[in-house]
Amino acid sequence: MTIDWMHFSPWSALAGGALIGLAAGGLFLLNGRIAGISGILGGLFFNKPERANIWRWAFVAGLLLAPVLWRGVAALPAIQISASSLLLVIAGLLVGFGTRLGSGCTSGHGVCGLSRLSARSLVATLTFMAVGFVTVWLLQHGLH
Amino acid sequence: MGIVFAAIGGLVFGLGLIVSGMANPAKVTGFLDLAGQWDPSLAFVMGGAIAVALPLFWLARKRTQAVTAETLQWPQNKQIDKPLLLGALIFGAGWGLAGICPGPALVLVGAGVPQGIAFTVAMLAGMSLYELLGHRINRS
Repeated sequence: MTIDWMHFSPWSALAGGALIGLAAGGLFLLNGRIAGISGILGGLFFNKPERANIWRWAFVAGLLLAPVLWRGVAALPAIQISASSLLLVIAGLLVGFGTRLGSGCTSGHGVCGLSRLSARSLVATLTFMAVGFVTVWLLQHGLH
Repeated sequence: MGIVFAAIGGLVFGLGLIVSGMANPAKVTGFLDLAGQWDPSLAFVMGGAIAVALPLFWLARKRTQAVTAETLQWPQNKQIDKPLLLGALIFGAGWGLAGICPGPALVLVGAGVPQGIAFTVAMLAGMSLYELLGHRINRS
């Protein structure tokens, strides 16, 4: 392993992380809801339509609006995607299916779950991180 | 009021994803690439997020209801079971393949990035697939 000092950005990572934590913790304290993105999307599209879904629409609207507002002030930071279209579709299918089956993703289990000291979320987070490491290893070094 | 808080919450969450670098898939795969040029930044995203969210959840634990008087919906499931592990495994594989998880996917849609839109459509298809047959895994 060598550290990629060129791209290492601890301060913006910490600051962005703090904003994510503020949003997730704030949503629970103010509204009593877990800010798990896969759960919010699942509730939006697959629960029967109900008034209780309005907050989910509002949260998703805020999330979609973030890059739009950002652009009003400054250029967005670099967005680089190396995956091919086929890989993106396979990845999307796996992420959608897996997060619903496992009841959460990086936000629900990773941020909210670890912050409320849930053992279940810790196991989920360690599992998807470990598989992420292995997958990237196979993709970058193992398969060729 | 709850709707306004939810919208602001989504916005702040999205800005956090942009500031932290999570919305850039190359940054995520740079973190997951332990054997290559490893970029540890995303560990700091998680650290920063938990450092702020942990005291807020701790405050919530002392309350009987949320500030808006809504019920505090603490997740009830404590089981470490097959659906949890299998789901995390499948999610981890997809996350590693593209460097995109659900929050950043929506930020990429908001930014109008075509690959982000393709990923999100596939992700919603994956969620539909779970609705169709995932419950069988839950029962078995």
